[in-house]
Amino acid sequence: MEYMTSLFSVALLASAIRVTMPILLASLGAVHAERGGVVNIGLEGIMIMGTFFGAVGAYAFDTRFPSLAQTWPNLAPLAGVLAAVAAGLLFGLIHALVTITFRVDQIISGVALNLLAGGLARFLNILLFEKATQSPGVRGFTPIDIPLLRDLPALRPLVTGVSPMIITGVVLVAVSQWVLRRTRFGLRLRAVGEYPLAADTLGVNVYHLRYAGVLLSGALAGMAGAYLAIEQARLYFEGMTQGRGFIALAAMIFGNWWPVGALGASALFGYFDALSLRVVRLPVPYQFINVLPHIVTILVLAGFVRRARMPAADGVPYTKEEE
Amino acid sequence: MSDLFIELQGITKRFPGVVANDRVDLTVHRGEIHAIVGENGAGKSTLMRVLYGLYQPDEGTIAVKGHAVTIESPRRALELGIGMVHQHFMLIPVFTVAENVILGSEPVWGFGRLRMREAQQRVAELCRQYGFVLDPTAEVGSLSVGEQQRVEIIKVLYRGAELLILDEPTAVLVPQEVDELFNNLRQLVAQGKTVIFISHKLDEVLAISDQITVLRRGRVVGTVPAAGTTKAQLAEMMVGRPVLVELAHPPVEPGPVRLDVRQVRVPGRGTRPAVRDVSFAVGAGEIYGIAGVEGNGQTELVEALVGLRRITGGQLLIDGRDVTHATARAIRLMGVAHIPEDRHRRGIALPMAVWENMILGHHTREEFTHGALLNRPGIRGFVRRRVGDYDIRVADVEAPVLALSGGNQQKVVVAREFSFAPQVLVAAQPTRGLDIGATEFVMRQLLAARSSGMAVLLVSANLEEILSLSDRVGVMYGGALVAEFARGEVSAAELGLYMTGAGRTGEARAG
Ligand SMILES: Nc1ncnc2c1ncn2[C@@H]1O[C@H](COP(=O)(O)OP(=O)(O)OP(=O)(O)O)[C@@H](O)[C@H]1O
Ligand SMILES: [Mg+2]
Repeated sequence: MEYMTSLFSVALLASAIRVTMPILLASLGAVHAERGGVVNIGLEGIMIMGTFFGAVGAYAFDTRFPSLAQTWPNLAPLAGVLAAVAAGLLFGLIHALVTITFRVDQIISGVALNLLAGGLARFLNILLFEKATQSPGVRGFTPIDIPLLRDLPALRPLVTGVSPMIITGVVLVAVSQWVLRRTRFGLRLRAVGEYPLAADTLGVNVYHLRYAGVLLSGALAGMAGAYLAIEQARLYFEGMTQGRGFIALAAMIFGNWWPVGALGASALFGYFDALSLRVVRLPVPYQFINVLPHIVTILVLAGFVRRARMPAADGVPYTKEEE
Repeated sequence: MSDLFIELQGITKRFPGVVANDRVDLTVHRGEIHAIVGENGAGKSTLMRVLYGLYQPDEGTIAVKGHAVTIESPRRALELGIGMVHQHFMLIPVFTVAENVILGSEPVWGFGRLRMREAQQRVAELCRQYGFVLDPTAEVGSLSVGEQQRVEIIKVLYRGAELLILDEPTAVLVPQEVDELFNNLRQLVAQGKTVIFISHKLDEVLAISDQITVLRRGRVVGTVPAAGTTKAQLAEMMVGRPVLVELAHPPVEPGPVRLDVRQVRVPGRGTRPAVRDVSFAVGAGEIYGIAGVEGNGQTELVEALVGLRRITGGQLLIDGRDVTHATARAIRLMGVAHIPEDRHRRGIALPMAVWENMILGHHTREEFTHGALLNRPGIRGFVRRRVGDYDIRVADVEAPVLALSGGNQQKVVVAREFSFAPQVLVAAQPTRGLDIGATEFVMRQLLAARSSGMAVLLVSANLEEILSLSDRVGVMYGGALVAEFARGEVSAAELGLYMTGAGRTGEARAG
C-alpha cells in the first residue's frame, strides 16, 4: 500500500511537472507547425540548439556584465532563454525556407536539422569553451512561490520554489489554445493546414501562415532546450535532450494536435519520466524503469494513432498555381 | 430587366495551339439567369475565368455596370460584385459552415478574436433571406453534396457578390438537389442577384434560364431566350448538326456471370464500414446500374472491385476466379477496365502528355514496345486513331493532359479504357462533364460493349443515363444496396427517393 502511494506522492508529482516542461514546450511548438501543415521533426535538433545557446547566453551575460547579473540575478537566465529562442527561430526559419519556399521534403529537412544541430553544438562548444561536450555551469531563475496556494500544506512541494518558466509554460498552453480556437490567426493557420488551396482562393496567404507556424515551433523548441539547460541541469552537456524532441511529437499526436491535449500527453510522459528517475527499490532490473517513458510513448501511440485526426494537409507542400 | 450588368466585347483568349475564346461578345442583364452551353472545349470555363479575373484576355473589353474595367484578380472581381462558385468545392470539412464562410474575411474584435456569434448570425440571416436551409454551426464534412454547394454559394454572397457564376453546378447533384438549387437560384434573382450558369444538361438549362448563349469552338453561335427554344434546336446550335437523342437498347440474352460480388464489405473512415455486405452479379452482355447520391459507398465499392481498396469481408469473383485479395494490376490483366469517377486522382496523370495517358497501364503491350523501349511510331498511330474516333479536341498529343478542357480529359480516359478488349468494365460517372454529343457517344460505346458480351457495371448519379442504359438497377444508400429493380420497373423520381433514403419506408419492393 505504502509502495503504491509513493508512486503518487506530491514530491513525485512536483518532479513530474518539472520534467514535463521541456516536452510540453516542444510539443506546443509542434502543434503550431503541424496545424499549419508543416511537419517539423527537426524539433530535437532545435532543442539541442536551445540547450546550447541557453547555456551560452546565460554564461555570457554573467561573465560580460557581472555587476548587472549580481543586482538582478534573473537577467542572466533570461538572456539565456532569449538566446535559445533566437537560435530556435533561426533553425525554424531554415526549415521554413527549405520546406515552404523550396518545397523540399519536410522529413528530410527535419533530419538534416537534427544532424546539423548535433554537430554544430559540439563544434561551437569546442570553439567557445575548449571542451567538446560540456559548458561551464550557469545560474537559473530565482524560484518563486505561488501566492495563496503556498499556504496549503498539502500542496507545498508543488507550489513553492517553482520555476517561472513552468508558469510561463502553463500560460502559453492556455494562450495557444485560445489563439488556435478563437482568433483569426488560429482559424487561418488551421485552414492552411487542412486545405491550403481553399484558403488561398479566399485571399489567405498560405506561405505567410506556414512560416508563422514553423517559426513559432522553432521558438518554443528553443525555449524547451533553454529550460533543460538553465533550469534543470544548470549547464549544457552533449546529448542532454535525450530524444525529448521526438517524444514531444508523440505528445502532439496523442494530444490530437491541440495545446491542451499536448499538455495532458506531455504530463503523462513526464510522469513516467519522473518515475524512472525516482524508483529505486524494485522487483525488476532498473533499466526497465529507465526505458519506461519510451515504452509508454510507443504503447500510447500504437493504441491511439488510429483515432488521431491530423490536419488533412499536414506534411504536404503547397504550390500556388500560376495559371 | 434591361439593366445592363456585364458586357463582354470581342474577348479573345489564346492558349498555345488553341483559341479558347474567339471574339466573344456576351451581355448579361441584372436579375437574369443566363446559361452558357457548348460542347466540351468550347471555351465556357475559360470565358468565366476571364470574367472572374483568373485569366487575362488577350483582346477585348469588359464593362461592368456600364464602366470599362480590368479584372486582374478574383479579389478585384469580388469588389466589382462578381463571385464564382467553384466546381471542385473549396471547403474545409472539419470547419463549421460559419467558419468556412468567413475564412479570409473574418469579423474580429481586438487581438484578432473572432466574432463567431456575429458570423453565425450573419450566415443564418443570408440563409433566411434566400431560402437556404443550412445550420451555421454544422460541420461541413457532415453535409451532403447539395448542402456543401449551398455553403459555397453563401460564401460568395457573404462577400457581397451580385453576380454568381456557377460552372456545372448540377453535375454532382441528384434530381431533388437540383430542384432545390434551382429554387435557391430563383430566390436569388427575385432579390436582384444575377446568375451565370453552365451545364451540359439542356433540360435543366431550358427550365431555369432566361437567356442562353451558345458557344462553339470558342465562338458565340448566338444568344436565344429560353422561352420558345427547344432542346433539339439548342443541341443543333451547339454541335452544328442535328443530334440524335434516342438510343436503341436491343434485348441481349445475358451470358454467364462475369462479375460476382458476394457480401462484400469495405472499411470506411472511422469505425463504420463504407460498404456493407453488398451482393450482386453482372453477366456477360449485361449493364448493371448503381444509382446513389455521392458518398454512399459507391466510390469505395468501385475501388474495391478494381483492387484499389482492401476488402475485409465477403468475396469477389471475376469469371469465376476469386480475386478478393488480388492486386489492381492482376485484376486489370484479367480484362477489367475502370473509368474512375475522379479522373484527376485516379484516371490520368495531369502533367503527362496526352499520348502517354492514352496508353497508361497498357504501355507494356507488345504493339507499344520494342524490346525494353517504347515503340513510338506504333503508339503514335494508335493515339492518332483514338483521338480521331473520340473527337478529342487537342492541338498536339504531346501537350500535357491538364491543358485539355474537363470533358476532353474525360474522353482520354474513356478512350483508353475501351481500347483493349476488356471483359468487365467498371464505369463510374463515365459521362460526367461530357457534352451531349460526347455523352451520346459514350452511351453508344457502353451499349456496343454490352452487345459484344462485356459485363458492365455502371455507377452514376445521372438517373437518365442509368435508366436508359441498365438492364438492372441497384440503389446504394448508406453503404448498402437498398433496392434492386429490373429495367422499366422504376421511374427516375422513385429512384431519387430511394437514393435519399426516403424510399426505405416502402422497402417491400426492394430486392
Ligand atoms: N490552362 C490551359 N492551357 C492550355 N489550354 C487550355 C487551358 N485551359 C483551357 N485550354 C483549352 O481551351 C479550350 C477551352 O477550354 P474550356 O475549359 O474553356 O472548355 P469548356 O467549354 O469549359 O469545356 P468543358 O465542357 O469540357 O468543361 C480547350 O481546347 C482547352 O484545351
Ligand atoms: Mg469547363
